[in-house]
Amino acid sequence: MRVPLSWLGEYVDLEPGTTPEQVHAALVKVGFEEEDLHGFDVTGPVVVGQILEFTPEEQSNGKTIRWCQVQVGDKDVRGIVCGASNFEVGDKVVVTLPGAVLPGNFEITPRKTYGHTSDGMMASFKELGLGDDHSGIIRLNTLGLPESALEIGADAISLLGLDDSAVEINVTPDRGYAFSIRGVAREFGHSTGATFRDPASHLPATGGAHVASSFGNEFKVTIDDTAPIRGRVGASVFATRVVTGVDASRPTPPWMVARLRLAGIRPISLAVDITNYVMLELGQPIHGYDLDKLTGGLVVRRAAAGEKLTTLDGVERALNAEDLLITDGSGPIGLAGVMGGASTEISSATTNVLVEAANFDPVSIARTARRHKLPSEASKRFERGVDPAVAEVAAGRVVQLLVDLAGGTAADHGSFFAGRDDRWSSSAEGAYRGQAIDLPADFVSDLIGYDYTPEQVRSTLAEIGGTVVETPAGFSVTPPSWRPDLTDKWTLAEEVARIFGYDVIPASLPVAPPGRGYTVAQVVRRRVSDALAAAGLTETLSYPFFDEATNNLFGSAAGTAVAQVRLANALDASHGWMRTSLLPGLLQTAARNRARGLTSPAVFELGRVFLPEAGKKYGHDMFPGAVRPSDAQLEAVAAGIPAQPRHIAAVLVGESIERQPGLKASEFDYSHALEVAQQISLGAGVEIEVRQGSHASFHPGRCAELVVQVIEPVEITDALVSTSSTSLVVGYAGELHPAFAESFNLPRRVAAIELNLDAVTALAGEPTEAQPIFTMPAATQDLSLVVKSDIPADAVLAAVVAGAGDLLEDARLVDLYEGQGVVEGHRSLTFALRFRASDRTLTQAEATEAKQAGVAAAAAAFGATIRE
Amino acid sequence: MVVQRVLRVARSQVNLGLVSVEITEPSVAAALNGALEAIAAATDSASLKAARSAHLGDASALAALNAALKDVPNDQKAAAGKLVGQARAQANQAYTEAEERIVSAEQNAQLENERVDVTAAPSRWRKGARHPLMLLQEAFCDAFVGMGWEIAEGPELESEWYNFDALNFDEDHPARAMQDTFFVEPADSHLVLRTHTSPVQIRAMLDREVPIYVLAPGRVYRTDELDATHTPVFTQIEGLAIDKGLTMAHLRGTLEHAARLMFGEGAKIRLRPNYFPFTEPSAELDVWHPTFVGGARWIEWGGCGMVNANVLRSAGIDPEVYSGFAFGMGVERTLMFRNQVADMHDMVEGDVRFSQQFGMVV
Repeated sequence: MRVPLSWLGEYVDLEPGTTPEQVHAALVKVGFEEEDLHGFDVTGPVVVGQILEFTPEEQSNGKTIRWCQVQVGDKDVRGIVCGASNFEVGDKVVVTLPGAVLPGNFEITPRKTYGHTSDGMMASFKELGLGDDHSGIIRLNTLGLPESALEIGADAISLLGLDDSAVEINVTPDRGYAFSIRGVAREFGHSTGATFRDPASHLPATGGAHVASSFGNEFKVTIDDTAPIRGRVGASVFATRVVTGVDASRPTPPWMVARLRLAGIRPISLAVDITNYVMLELGQPIHGYDLDKLTGGLVVRRAAAGEKLTTLDGVERALNAEDLLITDGSGPIGLAGVMGGASTEISSATTNVLVEAANFDPVSIARTARRHKLPSEASKRFERGVDPAVAEVAAGRVVQLLVDLAGGTAADHGSFFAGRDDRWSSSAEGAYRGQAIDLPADFVSDLIGYDYTPEQVRSTLAEIGGTVVETPAGFSVTPPSWRPDLTDKWTLAEEVARIFGYDVIPASLPVAPPGRGYTVAQVVRRRVSDALAAAGLTETLSYPFFDEATNNLFGSAAGTAVAQVRLANALDASHGWMRTSLLPGLLQTAARNRARGLTSPAVFELGRVFLPEAGKKYGHDMFPGAVRPSDAQLEAVAAGIPAQPRHIAAVLVGESIERQPGLKASEFDYSHALEVAQQISLGAGVEIEVRQGSHASFHPGRCAELVVQVIEPVEITDALVSTSSTSLVVGYAGELHPAFAESFNLPRRVAAIELNLDAVTALAGEPTEAQPIFTMPAATQDLSLVVKSDIPADAVLAAVVAGAGDLLEDARLVDLYEGQGVVEGHRSLTFALRFRASDRTLTQAEATEAKQAGVAAAAAAFGATIRE
Repeated sequence: MVVQRVLRVARSQVNLGLVSVEITEPSVAAALNGALEAIAAATDSASLKAARSAHLGDASALAALNAALKDVPNDQKAAAGKLVGQARAQANQAYTEAEERIVSAEQNAQLENERVDVTAAPSRWRKGARHPLMLLQEAFCDAFVGMGWEIAEGPELESEWYNFDALNFDEDHPARAMQDTFFVEPADSHLVLRTHTSPVQIRAMLDREVPIYVLAPGRVYRTDELDATHTPVFTQIEGLAIDKGLTMAHLRGTLEHAARLMFGEGAKIRLRPNYFPFTEPSAELDVWHPTFVGGARWIEWGGCGMVNANVLRSAGIDPEVYSGFAFGMGVERTLMFRNQVADMHDMVEGDVRFSQQFGMVV
């Protein structure tokens, strides 16, 4: 909402010289955020001048200019070249003299042009920022201004209202009444204590509950809402007035033009400008009809199937059965409260005007505006609630302005209808007052934490327009008609705190009961992330929006289509599916880094993926708020939301060690992905076993599946994981399939890992049981075994460990050899073994015996033989 | 004047191979001087070793003199033994000193030889980093967990009921349309990408026993195009406290504490009236700090208020018995003015240089 200060000052006392900044500051205090400042950016000298004479001069370019003598002061006549030809000798015009600055920082200087020195400029509306009209210069004597205002040399800046400025504030959705000068002036008064004069109070308000009247009988209005939305009739108030003999071609007076401009409304024509002006002033949207284009009376009803309406903007709209319409004998002539129809629009030829000021149901208007994507100044106000008491007043104000400014005559006929609306009490006294609210005496102080006296509470609520009655328990407060948002004692407490100022509220730190700290999963997430960062990876975050095909490729080990969550209104429709894997985002991130010259990114991300189950229907039925749902309803909601586990993934590309003094460069490969798994295992405190595996997006020969032992069964929905009763594949690591590396513009070897961290955490076992640390001397031996090449080293090692028994403390693979001296199709695995006894120094003979037992086990399991 | 003391010793013949020596003061002094000179002349381990072998070894003059002692008559043995013993001791000490000197010098020379340019050291460990948005959330959570608060969580793909209805957003209220919500197909599924972390308030209240003191950090979504100050995917931290007798003063106290922890002791906060469907009264939260870039000033930090009675009712909590407060901040926004991040693109593009500026500490 933009508020011209001159207008604000009409209804609340503004100290002379009050700056827009001061107004902003005052309004911020009562809850209206400052948005912007608006002015005309015109500085003088800009004066009233009179054309004394002019000479048309045809130019070589075919254009005819006028060389004018313009009187701008007592003895001050200027020669001015003017390209316009819409004026006559004797016209009063706006002369911008050298030194003046116009919008766009356009400085006026004497300048040589068309063989003359032009000593100033005669301005158009557009040049002054007052309108779009650039067809000619402003002729002040045609604007309906009093002759006395047009004295030669008088300051035209103040004459035209160009010295005014406007503050723009953000009006929150609960404060519809502040979409008016009336509402903002009231709030300014609340903030500063300045006296507020209600523009609505000095105009007649004849409203009462359940009234349907028409006077003069010329015009009948029927409210015929057979399908109220959520039980509310579409129009609760509908006032019409008629003004005849209007001269709609008259110019809008400059002061009104200036205020509309500052308020951000484009001036159109006098009658339309008046309706907009009254809307801004009182917050009541007004619609004007060309009475002569109406057939029969008005009927307010819901749309019928198949009905169409061409709105003012020239768009033909198919109507919905919920749309509330204004209709006449010809059919629909307006989308009630949203936009009028083209067929009954006011034009400059209109002489008889029907003024409509109605109060429409916020829900109905909001739905229609949204449905037709037609947010308008009117719908914006109706959606947020318009003071129902102001409709008739506003209609009267329009009539008054049409009479005063457009030469119309107020007809003695019109109509007024006020129907039932359960938002408002139906008692005759104060027809539009809300329901009375009980406010216990201490409630406000107890909620806010500041001791307001009962008198402070009472007077504050009275100040905002409430009727406050003392009761034994405290107060009974009836909110004013313009505050439909005041519905309970909490809303009243906010009013007291707001008007009194939040700054008085003291600060007191509450003491929470002892907490349980972070959950295991929360600790694990942080520790794993820290471990990866410490290991040299960089954490990045990516958007979870992808295309369906990418999600399919990465979403399951098989690479077949997976169920996905699809957005209804994605920013980019081709990327409207929620990610099923973190890898595509990381691959893009890696590629972006490389494109920026950072050739060896090692990046990781921890975040949610979205994994609906195939064939399952998600979602749930809606139920209202403000009531605790049944357990069954909550369970239905929980079951209706797809799984979205947290995965952790990493992508490492380029050189793990970059070329530097004393070190040779080496590239990332699959083993780095396994090291990442090791770090994750460390951070999570869960053993992660590496097995040869396969995943569609990985290199077929360089992919490990990551396995965690299952101690307690857990339920996990994730196409990446597969489960058996004793172990769970929680993810994959290795080298990305070169084809995908290429499709992401990455080099052939990309190390990648992704696993379901929630699953890993869920499988965490009991706390570690510490083993004693034996200190007797160790015996070390090497062992080389020859086995078939396709037997995993890890399996051979496991057999040796199992066979060697307790004396074997540690065993490590130190060499792999294939070639001369080893049978074709076999390889030699060399292990370094460390033996130790708990109670004695081990002899080499004992160690050898244990080793032989290990060899025997490996021989039995895999046909391993000792390599001599 | 030098008095040459003549030791009257028997001329004794000692057969040491070809050498026979007589123990006299001059002969001892000559042997000693020869040893001292040779030792002093040694410049490295090799020459010292040679000097030792020549002057202290079995074939040395001193050794010969020592051997000759056995032939000295008994009455002169003490004097002769002393003379030779002192000379040998002196020579040995000279050798020890020389050895220390030479070993130390040689060691120094070797170490000097091994000198490297430590500023040109190779590095096998890469520099990693956390994302500052994560670090900032963790720092915030640490501060509150330290006060006994807990961290609550909820899904990002959320039920419309939790995201709106339970939070007192009427289905037709303009505030609901103003949330720029991502909806999920099909429309009748009533699933959305959560537009704020506030649905976690409802989940926390339904799952936990009162009193409740929780923070809910996490990702949220709005249909804003990415630009310097907007991103469709961003992060919020929500706070919720439900207890008997909680007031707006407690809200202010909590936020003041949070501001000091996040920005430093000099931080101040200001509350301005505002509107949110889920709080009543509602306030906008501004924070002030003397060292903000652009000078000491107020910066909009978040929204807050007393939990709306309808929100409590949605979770089955009686608003006549309990009250509560809630607050929420944008983490991206906080990072922007706390750490001078000028452009949102830097936070979302994953350029490793961005995270690496922070390392493990924001």
